[in-house]
Amino acid sequence: MNTGLTLAAEFETPSVEYRLLAPMLIVFGVAVAGVLLEAFMPRPFRHETQLGLAVAGLLAAFASVVMLAGDYSVAASGSVAVDGPALFLQGAILLMAIPGVLATAERKVDVGGVFAPAGSSTPGSPAERLLVAEKITQTEVFPLLMFAIGGMLLFPASNDLLTMFVALEVLSLPLYLLCGLARRRRLLSQEASLKYFLLGAYSSAFFLYGVALLYGYAGTVRLSGIAEAVSSEAGNETLLLTGTALLTVGLLFKVGAAPFHSWTPDVYQGAPTPITGFMAACTKVAAFGALLRVLYVGVGGLAWEWEPVIWGIAILTMGVGSVLALTQTDIKRMLAYSSIAHAGFILTGLVGTDAVGADGELLGVSSVLFYLVTYGFSTIGAFAVVTLVRDAAGEATHLSQWAGLARRSPVIAVVFTFFLAAFAGIPLTSGFTAKFAVFSAAWAGDARVLVIIGVIMSAVAAFFYFRVIVLMFFSAPAPDGPSVVVPSPLTTVAIAIGAAVTLLLGVFPTYVLELAGLASQFVR
Amino acid sequence: MTDFPWLTTLGLVPLVGALVVAALPSARELLAKQVALGFSLVVLAGTIALALQFDSDGGEQFQFAETYEWIPQFGVSYALGVDGIALVLIAMATVLTPVCILASWHDVDSDRRSAKGYFALLLLLEMFMIGVFAATDVFLFYVLFEAMLVPMYFIIGSYGGAQRSYAAVKFLLYSLVGGLLMLAAVIGLYVTSDGGPKAFLFENLLGTEMGTGTERLLFLGFFIAFAIKAPLWPLHTWLPDAAAESPPGGAVLLVGVLDKVGTFGMIRFCLPLFPDASQWATPAVITLSVIGILYGALLAIGQTDMKRLIAYTSISHFGFIVLGIFAMTSQGQAGATLYMVNHGFSTAALFLIAGFLISRRGSRLIRDYGGVQRVAPMLAGTFLVAGLSSLALPGLSSFVSEILVLIGTYSRYEVAAVIATGGIILASLYILLMYQRTMTGEPTEHTSQMADLNTREAWVVAPLIAIIIALGFFPKPLLDVINPAVDRTMEQVGVTDPEPAQPAAEGARP
Repeated sequence: MNTGLTLAAEFETPSVEYRLLAPMLIVFGVAVAGVLLEAFMPRPFRHETQLGLAVAGLLAAFASVVMLAGDYSVAASGSVAVDGPALFLQGAILLMAIPGVLATAERKVDVGGVFAPAGSSTPGSPAERLLVAEKITQTEVFPLLMFAIGGMLLFPASNDLLTMFVALEVLSLPLYLLCGLARRRRLLSQEASLKYFLLGAYSSAFFLYGVALLYGYAGTVRLSGIAEAVSSEAGNETLLLTGTALLTVGLLFKVGAAPFHSWTPDVYQGAPTPITGFMAACTKVAAFGALLRVLYVGVGGLAWEWEPVIWGIAILTMGVGSVLALTQTDIKRMLAYSSIAHAGFILTGLVGTDAVGADGELLGVSSVLFYLVTYGFSTIGAFAVVTLVRDAAGEATHLSQWAGLARRSPVIAVVFTFFLAAFAGIPLTSGFTAKFAVFSAAWAGDARVLVIIGVIMSAVAAFFYFRVIVLMFFSAPAPDGPSVVVPSPLTTVAIAIGAAVTLLLGVFPTYVLELAGLASQFVR
Repeated sequence: MTDFPWLTTLGLVPLVGALVVAALPSARELLAKQVALGFSLVVLAGTIALALQFDSDGGEQFQFAETYEWIPQFGVSYALGVDGIALVLIAMATVLTPVCILASWHDVDSDRRSAKGYFALLLLLEMFMIGVFAATDVFLFYVLFEAMLVPMYFIIGSYGGAQRSYAAVKFLLYSLVGGLLMLAAVIGLYVTSDGGPKAFLFENLLGTEMGTGTERLLFLGFFIAFAIKAPLWPLHTWLPDAAAESPPGGAVLLVGVLDKVGTFGMIRFCLPLFPDASQWATPAVITLSVIGILYGALLAIGQTDMKRLIAYTSISHFGFIVLGIFAMTSQGQAGATLYMVNHGFSTAALFLIAGFLISRRGSRLIRDYGGVQRVAPMLAGTFLVAGLSSLALPGLSSFVSEILVLIGTYSRYEVAAVIATGGIILASLYILLMYQRTMTGEPTEHTSQMADLNTREAWVVAPLIAIIIALGFFPKPLLDVINPAVDRTMEQVGVTDPEPAQPAAEGARP
């Protein structure tokens, strides 16, 4: 008792800049309110209220991000950085989360929505059957999503490694749960959830071990402190290199880069499709944000050491993603491998550390920021389209079932083709502009070989995207093939947002590129 | 009216047309065709108006120039403009589009797919064709070059023959590989260039300082993409499949116009932007093109399928065009440019008449025909004229260009010119053998009831034959436009014509 009091006396109260932290505080606040709503709101109104609250919260948080623009400093006693990359990525995550949440809230394509009536009930148990018969579905997905989004907002903004670890766990734990909540094929979904959890825990251990070693090296977990130690060349270099390596492994796992990618296809396939889309987009954004900050701020002085490693990982990731995607027969697994390949393309941009643009912007950072935005919106849209192609057993994800889809629903086929063209990097889609940005950053960073390999891998990747297009447009439809369900406005809006951004950033990318350029400087 | 954005308007009209056609109800097929034809004729009229205002001796390289900022962060502008080379190619494309639309009137009727989609795609393709020839910003050119694949891919894949899906994918993959190599080179060019918000403008890229290694690398990136597109031996294998499986109208635009983007790219971008590397690569390119001339011609002789045969003849002809471009003489390049136009018209006539023939009998195989000239004299006669133009008979358009290319090449690379001349002999073999087997002799049981060209088909063929004959006798208007542009290219590369061994009389140059 006494010791507690003395400690409190010595302990300096951390300053909390509520204004600078407002985006995260709003989202966490909404998440907590969502939990309370789940407990006290009468069931018939819960779904609509939760949805409205979540979207309103995201919009409010986005508004506060916009108000903070240009106002860069560190907050919460230096553990949170509010700077260009952080705000840009927070804004991106919030905007992507809106179509993500909308697609998640869809209840028309499958009676009761895509989620299990109650996550805690055993699949096939009497309790579950009762809930299905009563048409009751719990709505805890909304607070879970909001917690995950909150963690994602904090992750790229963390200025010390412990905060980053906390953010990592805050974003991961709800996602593990969400992955296991699919209404159909629940066992597959729960398997995905368990796999994700186990491998995620494993990678967290790597991350934490890396943090410990870096603390041993620099005597601080603050990124600026580590950077100082690196530049003064003090301390034990073995600790520094091992710590950096372990930390990077933990982050590359979240990014889905090879050889730490093996969870991606299983989890993407098993998770409820709107969650897959949300996860594929927003987690990638947040994790790349954190990776950028660690590599550029924390161990930027070590660029000579880590650049070749990232080179290798980028090549491996592009290769594994593009080549293995060729062999997939399930659309969700194919998109999973495609997301691995895209992680590789993004990593090529990261290599351009010393590429500086005309206005002094760091091209390595700005091109990655831009790529993340384009990829995220296209991904959410593409997965939302996947939710609509269904037969009696739920979503028809086997590629053979997509044959002749253009005959059944030309509009959906054209929209999906557009997303695939963006993934393949065809000009006049956002994917092309983004590829141009990362490749030109890499070239300017003297990574020409990487650019050429990247270009060849893009051609390989294009092959499997176009295989799906061939299937949809040029193949005869199977007689008992799936149909395309007409969704409620929620999914329609989600797909429309994805497609609109994909087109807009393909044709008029100037504004977002400029923003990414302005946002490319870190505070330290 | 020099401030009027002519080229943008010219590109927008077919785009609007494509949207209008696509928006029409599926049941109104006839209306969709009429609207598509109408729009393409408007574009043709616009091009004629443009050509009349073109000043072939103008001081500026690019006329009707428009430049707006597009993506300043990447140094990209929306910049259009035409010189003589671009103008004649745009004119060819805009003449061929209405011809193809009219020729394809019933090609997609029996198809399960909507006819309006086909015509909308043709118009969309026309927009990209105009844009790609008019682009004076390398990035914009690249964007259009790649985006153009998409409508063509759907034309082949949705409306083509039995092997359409295979052909479409092969076409797309070849083109994408080339395109992506070019993307790497475009990025490299950007990074090497002086930068700034207008870095990609053709004028600003001219004379960029770069090391020999970089220049060769960038040249190869562009050249391989163009060589696949053209196609140059040994990168040609996609063309026979794509052209044979594509519906006739699509095949004409593919071989007649799209492939010209490759050779156009060589003369517009490869040579002026990478002059030293171009000269470094010349021996190799000349060898490849001579091999292509003979190889394409020999394989054409061996074909049993008419459309594949015509496709192989094109590979041979593209060999001539590339030979003319890389001969680095003004005659060679002027001849090559003229060849692009002439080849467009004669191949179009061959493909379309062969298409009419195939639509009557339902087979692409030469052995299924015989004696057509007895029952359908007009069809056979026009086919003969088109074929003779293709084998460069004097008096028909291809002769002028082929002779210019050969003379231009001879003055610098005698051996290559002599071997390439062999291609002319082979050309008469493949054309005349095909004519003999399909048109002469006794009508077979299948061909004896064959109808001659109907009015619509006659209207398709007439303008093509008229152009072939007119340009055969009087190519001067085209050459007047082409020559200044070619001279400027030669100047940008920094080469001059070799001194003739015997000083020629004044005005020997056509």
